[in-house]
Amino acid sequence: MAIFVNEKTKVLVQGLTGGQGRFHGLRNRDYGTQIVAGVTPGKAGQDVEGIKIYDTVESAVAATGATASFIAVPPKAAPAAILEAARAGIGFVVCITEGVPAQDEARVFATLQRDFPKTRLLGPNCPGIISPGKCNIGITAGEIAALPTVTGPNVGIVSRSGTLTYQALFELKQRSIGVSTCVGIGGDPVPGTSFVDCLAEFQSDPETHAIIMIGEIGGTAEEEAAEFIMTHVTKPMSAYIAGVTAPAGKKMGHAGAIVSGGKGTAQGKMDALRSAGVKVGLNPTEACELMAQITASM
Amino acid sequence: MDLFEYQGKQYFARYDIAVSAGGVALTVDEAVTQAELAKYPVVIKAQVQVGGRGKAGGIKLANNVDEVRLHAKNILGMNIKGHIVKRVWVEHASDIAEEYYASFTLDRSAKRHLLMLSAQGGVDIEHVAVVDPTAIVKLHVNPVEGLTLDAAKRAVADARIAEKAQDGVAAMLVKLYECFTKGDCDLAEINPLILKPNGEVHALDAKVTLDDNAAFRHPEWDEYRLTEELDERESLAREKNLQYIGLDGSVGIIANGAGLAMSTLDVVNQVGGKAANFLDIGGGANAELMTAALEVINSDAKVKSIFINIFGGITRGDEVAKGIVEAMKRVKLRAPIVIRLDGTNATEGRAIIAAAGLAESQLISRPTMLEAARSAVEIAGKK
Repeated sequence: MAIFVNEKTKVLVQGLTGGQGRFHGLRNRDYGTQIVAGVTPGKAGQDVEGIKIYDTVESAVAATGATASFIAVPPKAAPAAILEAARAGIGFVVCITEGVPAQDEARVFATLQRDFPKTRLLGPNCPGIISPGKCNIGITAGEIAALPTVTGPNVGIVSRSGTLTYQALFELKQRSIGVSTCVGIGGDPVPGTSFVDCLAEFQSDPETHAIIMIGEIGGTAEEEAAEFIMTHVTKPMSAYIAGVTAPAGKKMGHAGAIVSGGKGTAQGKMDALRSAGVKVGLNPTEACELMAQITASM
Repeated sequence: MDLFEYQGKQYFARYDIAVSAGGVALTVDEAVTQAELAKYPVVIKAQVQVGGRGKAGGIKLANNVDEVRLHAKNILGMNIKGHIVKRVWVEHASDIAEEYYASFTLDRSAKRHLLMLSAQGGVDIEHVAVVDPTAIVKLHVNPVEGLTLDAAKRAVADARIAEKAQDGVAAMLVKLYECFTKGDCDLAEINPLILKPNGEVHALDAKVTLDDNAAFRHPEWDEYRLTEELDERESLAREKNLQYIGLDGSVGIIANGAGLAMSTLDVVNQVGGKAANFLDIGGGANAELMTAALEVINSDAKVKSIFINIFGGITRGDEVAKGIVEAMKRVKLRAPIVIRLDGTNATEGRAIIAAAGLAESQLISRPTMLEAARSAVEIAGKK
């Protein structure tokens, strides 16, 4: 099982001939991901280490039956690339591009919602997704992720931050706790996929037995997740929120990580999650220790 | 990037939003020149990016040249909540019949644009939101469909804006929305939006925050960069292309990834210390980047220890370690480093650091984030 992607997922890479696309695309293939095509306008017929390049997503899908897209193109080109994938019928789009303007993100999200409701976008500005042992799309180093076990318990991870996601994967591996899927939803103001989307999937995934959520300051996504958890999530959870000490009004590296007008504070988010029954750690290690206690008692 | 009021007004003017005639002045003499151009009476307004200017004495009415000299002299150099006034905006004083409030932001939760409109302007809108929430009309706008004049007219009527101002305000909302979207603003706010006795409406103040991610398509933003008030550390970091925010503690922080950097600040705080900065060196922690980061941290006299917190994912620990050892040859540090190196090839990385033969007074290595934070805070406390 796992969520969103698995061993059957066929992935094309938009921007495979660029530096980032090539580096991560080939790493993903080495991990075992089915990378079936690359897309770069004007470069049809070329190949990147045996992966055929097509001019358009549409032609790549027609030739290979790709179901997912990995977008690694510059910020200027990302909105059009996402919509091109959606138009070609791609169901799952992962966009790692950092620096996409918020107005573009809002327009892309609203367009997907209106015209392409079957396409799910992960990102932009996200590390991607890994279902260990099955499929890795994005920039996560596959070797730090523990494989899920047949008997479980396995943990699902959902996070707004890249490095903290790796930290969580690493800590779980050190404790020999299996991971079903790890989703980085990204740190931008309008992420295509939210905490709630991932929590709903994890809740109905038989391979996932518990969930770690890593949030950060800014916006209200964690508060919305807490509300959803109260009514829809029965699987045990631990969480960590980064940015307790962040000064108000400053963007902390991620475009979406800003406390404004007293809203979006780490404290408010931690309180909301606690009242939804989530065990909240004060640092990433503590959140993983809490998860180890949860899985040990299962 | 936050704009000053005068820049916000200039930005509004690009989108045909009516603002008062006026100009910016850095000296008393320039203020006089601007006042003559704008015609008396004029208002002299301190240009600072903080609320409460009026109460602090940063906004004054002047009827003649002597009053301009007096007020401009007082306001320039004034300290308003820690912000020193370097410029004043001098504009023709407006007759005000009524004051309204209008703003556009992105509602991240709804993933829609949000118009907020109120007939109660000129005061702190967050105060209005608390004492009389029904006085604020909120309208979500679908980013694909945009704001139509009809929708703006309905919002204006709902907000109980005076009848004779309704058409003018609605037209201005459409222009403000244009400025917000095409102008790539995170926030475009007019408070107050005024109705003059002659029936005209115009923006008496301007609060604009620009989305830095959109700078590539706005060459006109370059001039705003010149007036950004960064401290020395922040300017140096910007030159070196680092994500840096200056804070006032004594533990210098370098981490890879925004989330990990934020988390590092939290952990330092948890064990009783205070971070001197936020610094994310991003993915490739090579010698160049590490040298640049250490130079910035080193320029901060308050730093008593430096906590380098690296988690190797694709960035390999051995490369990071080489980068640190190399950087330490290039920069003479004022404070010792405490490093926590974990993740991909961390063992190899730690071996490289150990082999470099650095003294304990220069660099110590700790296995976990928490232990490293404790050591860094302890060192900072001792000095």
